[in-house]
Amino acid sequence: MASFVHRIEVHYKKDPRLKIRTDRIRSLGFLIDELQLTDVYTIATGSRDFTRDELHGIGARLSNPVVQEFVVDEATTAFFDYAIEVGFLPGVTDNVGTTARQTIEDYLRVTFSEGDAVYSSQLYFVRGHLPPETIRRLGDTLANPLVNRVIIKTRQEYGDRGMDRVVPRVQLHEMRSVGLVDLEIPDEDLVRLGKEGIVDPKTGVRRGPLALDLAQLHAIREYFNGLLRWPTDVEIESLAQTWSEHCKHTIFASAMDDDVPKGLYKTFIQAATNEIRKEKGDSDICVTVFTDNSGAIVFDDEFLVTHKVETHNSPSALDPFGGALTGIVGVNRDTIGFGLGAKPCMNVYGFCVGDPAADIKLFRGKDRKNPVLSPRQILDGVVRGVGVGGNCSGIPTPQGFCYFDNRYAGKPLVFAGTVGVMPKETNGVRLYEKKAEPGDLVVMVGGRVGKDGIHGATFSSEALDPASPVTAVQIGDPITQKKFSDVLVKEARDLGLYRSITDNGAGGLSCSVAEMAKESNGCRVDLDKVPLKYPGMAPWEIWISESQERMTLAVPPEKIDELMDLLKRREVEATVIGEFTGTGRCIVECQGIVAMDVELAFLHDGLPKKILKTTPVNVDNPEPDLPYPARLDDLVPAMLGRKNICSTEFVTIQYDHAVQGGHVLGPVQGKGRVQAQATLTKVVLGSGKGVGLSQALFPTYTEIDPYRMAGACIDTAIRGLVALGISPEEIALLDNFCWCSSDEPERLWQLKRVAQGCYDYAKALGTPFISGKDSMFNDFAGYDAENNRVKISVPPTLLISSIGIHADVLKAVSIDAKISGDLVYVIGETAEELGGSEYFAHLGYTGNTVPKLDAGAAKARYLRLYDAIFHEMVASAFPVSRGGLGVALAKVAIAGRLGMDLTIPSVIRPDYFLFSESLGRFVVTVAPDHKREFERIIGADALLLGKVGGNRLRITGRTLLFELEISKLEAAYKAPFGGF
Amino acid sequence: MAVICPADGGKPGHSLIPEKAFIMSGYGINSEMETQEALLRAGMASDIVHINDLIAGRQRLSDYRLLVFPGGFSYGDDTGAGNAYANRVRNNLWDDLLEFLDGDNLVLGICNGFQILANLGLVPAFDKNYSRDIALMPNRGGRLECRFVTIRPVAESIWTHGISKLRCPVSHGEGNLSCSPETLQHIKKHRQIAFTYCREDLSPAGGEYPFNPNGSVEDIAGITSTDGKVLGMMPHPERAMEFTNLYDWPLVREQQRRSGERIPEESLNMAIFHNIVGYFA
Repeated sequence: MASFVHRIEVHYKKDPRLKIRTDRIRSLGFLIDELQLTDVYTIATGSRDFTRDELHGIGARLSNPVVQEFVVDEATTAFFDYAIEVGFLPGVTDNVGTTARQTIEDYLRVTFSEGDAVYSSQLYFVRGHLPPETIRRLGDTLANPLVNRVIIKTRQEYGDRGMDRVVPRVQLHEMRSVGLVDLEIPDEDLVRLGKEGIVDPKTGVRRGPLALDLAQLHAIREYFNGLLRWPTDVEIESLAQTWSEHCKHTIFASAMDDDVPKGLYKTFIQAATNEIRKEKGDSDICVTVFTDNSGAIVFDDEFLVTHKVETHNSPSALDPFGGALTGIVGVNRDTIGFGLGAKPCMNVYGFCVGDPAADIKLFRGKDRKNPVLSPRQILDGVVRGVGVGGNCSGIPTPQGFCYFDNRYAGKPLVFAGTVGVMPKETNGVRLYEKKAEPGDLVVMVGGRVGKDGIHGATFSSEALDPASPVTAVQIGDPITQKKFSDVLVKEARDLGLYRSITDNGAGGLSCSVAEMAKESNGCRVDLDKVPLKYPGMAPWEIWISESQERMTLAVPPEKIDELMDLLKRREVEATVIGEFTGTGRCIVECQGIVAMDVELAFLHDGLPKKILKTTPVNVDNPEPDLPYPARLDDLVPAMLGRKNICSTEFVTIQYDHAVQGGHVLGPVQGKGRVQAQATLTKVVLGSGKGVGLSQALFPTYTEIDPYRMAGACIDTAIRGLVALGISPEEIALLDNFCWCSSDEPERLWQLKRVAQGCYDYAKALGTPFISGKDSMFNDFAGYDAENNRVKISVPPTLLISSIGIHADVLKAVSIDAKISGDLVYVIGETAEELGGSEYFAHLGYTGNTVPKLDAGAAKARYLRLYDAIFHEMVASAFPVSRGGLGVALAKVAIAGRLGMDLTIPSVIRPDYFLFSESLGRFVVTVAPDHKREFERIIGADALLLGKVGGNRLRITGRTLLFELEISKLEAAYKAPFGGF
Repeated sequence: MAVICPADGGKPGHSLIPEKAFIMSGYGINSEMETQEALLRAGMASDIVHINDLIAGRQRLSDYRLLVFPGGFSYGDDTGAGNAYANRVRNNLWDDLLEFLDGDNLVLGICNGFQILANLGLVPAFDKNYSRDIALMPNRGGRLECRFVTIRPVAESIWTHGISKLRCPVSHGEGNLSCSPETLQHIKKHRQIAFTYCREDLSPAGGEYPFNPNGSVEDIAGITSTDGKVLGMMPHPERAMEFTNLYDWPLVREQQRRSGERIPEESLNMAIFHNIVGYFA
């Protein structure tokens, strides 16, 4: 128990952030005069107190005397009307507190005992005459009630004594043991068990969703009937984790209708890859596909690169910062856990959220209870989370996007991906292969286990509803992860100290150990050995906890001492918690009894097969009968200012994209700083090659034509890389399906059509899928402010990510127009394809004609453009995408801060020509000297539009359509997120 | 320690000086590899050593002539950027460090490394009095920013010799240099300002964003110790070693293609590492 509690408060004498912080809060509608910030450290120890001198010494080490002051056990003097203190709730990861503890331990040469800790909090001093209700709302804006505690005092209440000393220590008293679960109950009770969880025998409260359906529970009952015993709660929870949609991807694995007996994944995704690899023969670029934590392709003779993109949607809905942070550091572990460990060398992100300007009020509970965070709060949080994760880990984040649609207001989509690099071999060992052997020790490396993230895997398989457990919220600790990442990937791997490795993600130990146990054919784990954050956890909680920053290793007994010594020297906690066996069983022991004893075959393959049925949805929106717009010169800036077209540089600039020294073509390019579709980075210094990344999604197309939508995503992701000068033969794809209501046959039909499209277009373009992930229930069910029940589902969203190897970065091409007099071409045909387009959306229509890709023509065109770039004929290249040619031309001009004088053909009405989103097109600029050679290489596909020059974008059809200053276009492009 | 980046030191005619560099790592420092690569390309070998191995005596500073605190996010910037790592150095390595500083050795701190040097008082270190005199406060914009900046040398020193400008990335949340007016006078008087942020035409940034990215007093981007042997700087020359790492290289390349100029491999930022090697050679 903490008998000694001290409080140190640190503040800047003159805070440089004061103005911007105040301005940001005012921009959210809180008309405060000023917001001062003080950092608070609460030191709580049981065994040892600190003297006054020691506390002042500690204060000196937690502050900077040049610009800061601190007080010990007294109130900070400030001029304010309200004081708001925001700290963490018990059990929430407190990285600042941990660093402060380490600083004190190192300074005073003491070791904090179990239960002793430093807790960090922030104290805001608000100046301004606001009603108490507004101050409460401000507190809710500064904090998240799911992870934070907020204490508000008026000036008067603050008085001379200031804020109270709060110790948010986790207190769990009872020692908890393994329980048995009776499955011999009526089906309706089984259904309830699956939906709401096991009843805790002590409290009578359900433990949270298992997400097991009736057929699955019947299969489990039958299995244990065969064993003549009841299952334990550890076994049921473990099966629920392993069989979850999140882990087993049952919707992609199950038979569908009569025509897809092997399921969508095998029939469409895996088959495309297998067939492409076979066709490519010796020029196959794939190394590892689908089987490991990431997919991998060949980089050069020596190295390979890996890629994996995950989603972290449900946690980000509840705590955007923590959810996005754990999302990105979690997918870093899919790199560290690839083969014997690849080095994370790039992060990618994608945020689908509601319009931050929209005033949407949603509640998880009735009577305005448990409000959903606003799109603005979600955006701010997820942007910060991915930034902190990548920046603190020293991983550049060059590539990413924001996409806005109010159908993401109930549940955002947060994509987080990581690219890794590793040598194919070290000391004769193939690093991309791994195998735990019987007798190898199970070693857990990294953070300790707490209650965080319990039921994370099952929770994300269910739609968000009022019963969503708050234990799904976790905050990552990138520095703990950085420490073990460095020692594993840069040291232990090449010393051959372990034989296999995987990360602890969804399902925690229950999934990681059981997954690795497949390699040796068995495992035995002793839960008593697992280091805990705090005592009092039940065995089932320890087994499935998703506490972050942990890896599981298989270590040969003869290497264990060397590994443990190395990890200790790097201050990385590691514990032997069991061994891999060859018994074919997963055995878990706890408190001297067997808590789990299940055959691996049943654990991994006992899941009952399903047949899913689909129902076609025929959408037939009327094509709008639009009058021809009177003025295009208003329309072009308006299109550039649309949320899904304009600059979101405020995000990219917060993300380090130069660390590791490989920046080649970054997220913004040219003098005018325009965001590119694709980025290029060197991941092996000293090599002339680079890795290109791109991404594409078209959620507005899905419901009109899911099949064509798949083509649009695949084409756009590939085309981004081709524009950099990457050969289409050197590109691989990743798929992320984020669906909604996946129990509805109509949604499943859309899914099937998209999967079919993925197969057809990937095959036709010759680009294999190497990794994928799905998230099937992105629905929100709750209430609006008037207590009406509302359901908001995300638009079915496919994200295609692409990765490609650039043969020679010196020949890479950026997006900006460069030199006056250069010729401007559009390559590829423009048709009247405006269904789901930004232009129609701008005018309030949907339309019916989604762009259709002619994959054969596109492939030939991409090879020709690659050839032209390789022969240094091209000065800039921009893939035409959302907003069409008009937007693309404007962006190329803005990027170069150069005008253009262009003439467009008159076959299609000019506004449709300019804003149609036809696929397969590029805008390129070419030096006049290269005109003949360029046109010879590209052929009839190249349409010369005019020239670069001046400071205006001037476009003529039959008559002058518009003439606009580049600086005005730039302003329109950058205005929407100017204040972010 | 294993290094994933293949060393470029094997180029024909590429020889290394006998003096070696000691590159600190651990606890979230993250730019050790590109720092090692930059030194190697300039002709200096180095060892990347975890601070705990140095504390444990597995390596000795006295075997090295250059000590580098690279960029990174030691301790996640908690309790102030560079503060916790500086505390660890001060608590465990202070005597070794003083001995190193007394020799004819150089110390370089980049970004997080500069923040560590500032917290240790290794810069500005008036009269070898290692007290904290400057602070690298949070950026005026209140958050980390990653962007390319142009910096120019102010005082002639070992580090800035022959340099007219560098163009490299900054990426920090706390680079806003602040100190008392007396300290500033002292730094200026002793010609300790190594680099200032400036515009592309090398005219002063005058505090204007984004040329001065963080609000640093007098646009200061880096300072040296009084004896000139310690340099701390916020921008990262080691992250833009090559021509193709620069922000505007595609435009420059296109201009050079047309004028028939040779397209360089190395960037101007390597000058600082050549200067280090030049000092020892």
